[in-house]
This record gives sequence, C-alpha cells and structure tokens, in this order.
Amino acid sequence: MKRHLISAADLTRDDALLILDTADELAKISERSIKKLPTLRGRTVVNLFFEDSTRTRISFEAAAKRLSADVINFSAKGSSVSKGESLKDTALTLEAMGADAVVIRHGASGAPYRLAGWVRGSVVNAGDGTHEHPTQALLDAFTMRRRLGPLDGRKVTIVGDVLHSRVARSNVLLLATLGAEVTLVAPPTLFPVNVDSWPCEVSYDLDAMLPKSDVVMMLRVQRERMNAAFFPTEREYSRRYGLDRERVARMPDHAIVMHPGPMNRGMEIAAEVADSPRSTIVEQVANGVTARMAVLYLLLGGADLGGEI
Amino acid sequence: MTDAISHALSGARAVLEQPDINRALVRISHEILERTKGGENVVLLGIPTRGVHLARRLAAHIKQFEGRSVPVGSLDVTMYRDDLRLRPARALGRTELPADGIDGRTVVLVDDVLYSGRTVRAALDALNDLGRPQAVQLATLVDRGHRELPIRPDYVGKNLPTSKSESVKVYLEENDGRDAVLLLKEEGR
Repeated sequence: MKRHLISAADLTRDDALLILDTADELAKISERSIKKLPTLRGRTVVNLFFEDSTRTRISFEAAAKRLSADVINFSAKGSSVSKGESLKDTALTLEAMGADAVVIRHGASGAPYRLAGWVRGSVVNAGDGTHEHPTQALLDAFTMRRRLGPLDGRKVTIVGDVLHSRVARSNVLLLATLGAEVTLVAPPTLFPVNVDSWPCEVSYDLDAMLPKSDVVMMLRVQRERMNAAFFPTEREYSRRYGLDRERVARMPDHAIVMHPGPMNRGMEIAAEVADSPRSTIVEQVANGVTARMAVLYLLLGGADLGGEI
Repeated sequence: MTDAISHALSGARAVLEQPDINRALVRISHEILERTKGGENVVLLGIPTRGVHLARRLAAHIKQFEGRSVPVGSLDVTMYRDDLRLRPARALGRTELPADGIDGRTVVLVDDVLYSGRTVRAALDALNDLGRPQAVQLATLVDRGHRELPIRPDYVGKNLPTSKSESVKVYLEENDGRDAVLLLKEEGR
C-alpha cells in the first residue's frame, strides 16, 4: 500500500482486498466486550476538519481509539484558522506536535494532496471538496461484500447528485477496481462534464436500472452546494429520482439500498425505504469504524516505509 | 508444497516425518487428557495458520480416545505482536472462539514452533482481552529453544536443539500437502 490514502484510485485491487479482509477480521472486535487493540499504542492521529462533519469525524476518532492511538481533534471553527492561518502553517504546527497520521477534511479539492507534501506522517483523505472520499467508498464496498459476497460482476447503481459528490467518484473508482459494474443515474444537469472518462456507465432513467441492480446507492442532494438551478423543483426531482416503496418493489429480492448519510428523508429516499430491512444505512455507520480501523492499521501498524508518496 | 520440495532438494534435514508427527500428537492428546481429567472444560486454541490445524488434529484424537468433543478455535495474535514496527503491516489471521467462549475454561494454546516465546506472550495478551480463562496451557509441536521471555510449554512434540542461524519449517498436510518438520541451515546470515 502507498503511504497516504488520498484517492480511491491509489488502491490496487490487492490493496483494496487487503483492506476489506482486514476489516472483516476487525469487525469481530466491535462484538467483544473489550473493544480495543493495543496495536497503535503511542501513535498520534490528528483529525483535521475544515468542514462540518459528524459521522466521519466520530468514526475516525472511534477507529483510532479502538487501536489505542492518541487522537487530537482539530476543527477550523474556534481555531487559528479563523484568524487566517494557512493550511501549510497549520500542517507544520501539527508536524511539530508529532502527528503520525493526519485525517483531513477540507472544502477545497486537492487539499489532502498538498498536505501530503508538507508532513512526514500518513495523510488520509476524509473528503475534499467535490473530489474524493476514499474511506466512504471502502466502507460501502465492505458493506456490499458482507451482504452480497464478492463484488466481481455485481451491478451497482448510484443515483443522484453526482456533480457535487465525492462519494460517487470514490465509489466508482474503487468498485471498478473490485470488478463491479457501476451505473450512475442523475438528471443531465447533475453530471460532471468529464463523466464519460470514468470507468462506469451513465443513465438518466432510474426505473430502467432498478430491475437489474444488486445495489442501489442514493446520494444526498447537497443543498449547500446548489448555487444554480440544477432541477426545477425538489418535488420533481423526488418524483423522478427519489427511491420510494414502489421503486424498491421493482428491485431484485436480494438487492440492497445504501445511502452515505446524512439523508434528506422524503427527498432522495422515502422514510419507509430508509428504515426497511433492505437498507444498510445503519450498518454503513458501524462498518465505517471497522473500515477506518483497517486503513489506519495498514497505514500506521507496520514499519515506517520512508519518504515515498 | 513446491516450497517443501525445493527445501528437501537443497539438503534440508527432515527432523520429523508424517508418522513421527502423528505419534507426537497422539501422545500430546493423551497428556492433555491426563492433565485435565479427561479433557474437562478444555478449549483448544490454535495460533494461525498451522497451530489451528494442529489444534483440530488434537481434538480429533481426543474425540477418538475419550469420545469427548473438545471445542476448537483460532486466535490471531498479529495485533498484539511486539515486532509490528519491524516490518510493513501484515495481513491478519482469523480469530474464532468457540460459541461458549473461554471464560472459566482451561485454554490450551497450540502452535507449531516455540522459539523466542514472543508469539505466546502476544497470545496471552490477546486472551486477556477476550475473556478470563481458568487456566492457560501451551502445546507446541517443536520446541527449538532460545527463549527470550520466561515462557515454557506444557506439552511438547519434540525438543529440537537448534542454533539461531538455523530455521525450522513445519509442513502440514492441510496447508502444504504433506507432513514434515525440516531443519534448514540459513546461509549468509
């Protein structure tokens, strides 16, 4: 494995499978009464969050703590960033404090890549702008594999705001590496221009995809990034691309429903669908801790590999 | 298996062959039965990968001698090792405890080769996080000496005096296609 985890494309098929297999073993830890391993004792993990996040930050914190690492949480609000400190100066400060790994979420695409050039420790991308969110893709793949078995040839349909979604991009890259067939479904306005270069199919018709999907993953409509008229009304979006009970009924019996959260209930996903046994939404949260433990263990658990990026 | 053959060709000495390994395991099974009053409350925990195969064989022998089914599990100690930082992060083995757990049981740890004792120390730490056995015992197919920690086995297949420059390889049918214990001279070390 490489030293950093910045893009899902950094992972070879062997790397990805190693992470998922490791996660499979680590999943048992959360069923024990003592949910802790001594593996990363004495190592420091810094959570550097420039954007709001609950589940990802808590998930990384829980993962690091279960491996006995020391965790320092840094959020941009109430820090020297609000006084105008640059990312580089923040990075050098953390470096001086001896961080072995920096988990970064930043509003600007590419920030983790820049950071990786400034610090000695491993950098883990926890979401950068509209670019990537590789650990989300890993936990999604892990969830699919636990429910459906190996992913080779599985048909995954990802629906919604692809344009603003780092989850979609990371998932497409990782799932392609793992041999799944991904189809993105969205209104034409919510696709990025270069989507034809992604290793996936593109469709505008959700209903046509449902009967042949093993996984339907709904994306959150990111209202905070919607600064133009991407679709006429929320109601129209919901009618054409929302997952309701009727649409779920048209999916194969074994197919599962996923959502990275937080959900807009009633918008991209109906409440009864989100709470149905076919939905893996709560499982995804639990699997998030496990998948991140696997990543932290594989990046930090062994010998320091030196300066390669 | 190809590995085993190439070692055999390069002149490595077979210390134990299939019948010897079988006799040793039969004897250890009897010793476990003796020391634990017929296998009462015993749980066999193998350390992956070959320790697990050995534990299963011991359980099969015990079943054959006393008709008692002893629970078998596996205990991966990777996350508890003290040498993790000497090598790149390694893949994890499987940990599978019997359904009734290990609380109050006599746990017999099973490994193929006992050397520095560091694996066993890691296993004891791992057990500590998994429950509270009534007693922990240690069975090993080969004890090659050179302990670095105050750890001793309760059941030994064969005491094998070695030099530190040699290495001991255990091959088992389930894993390697044949049963043998080889002693290899490491050169250039």
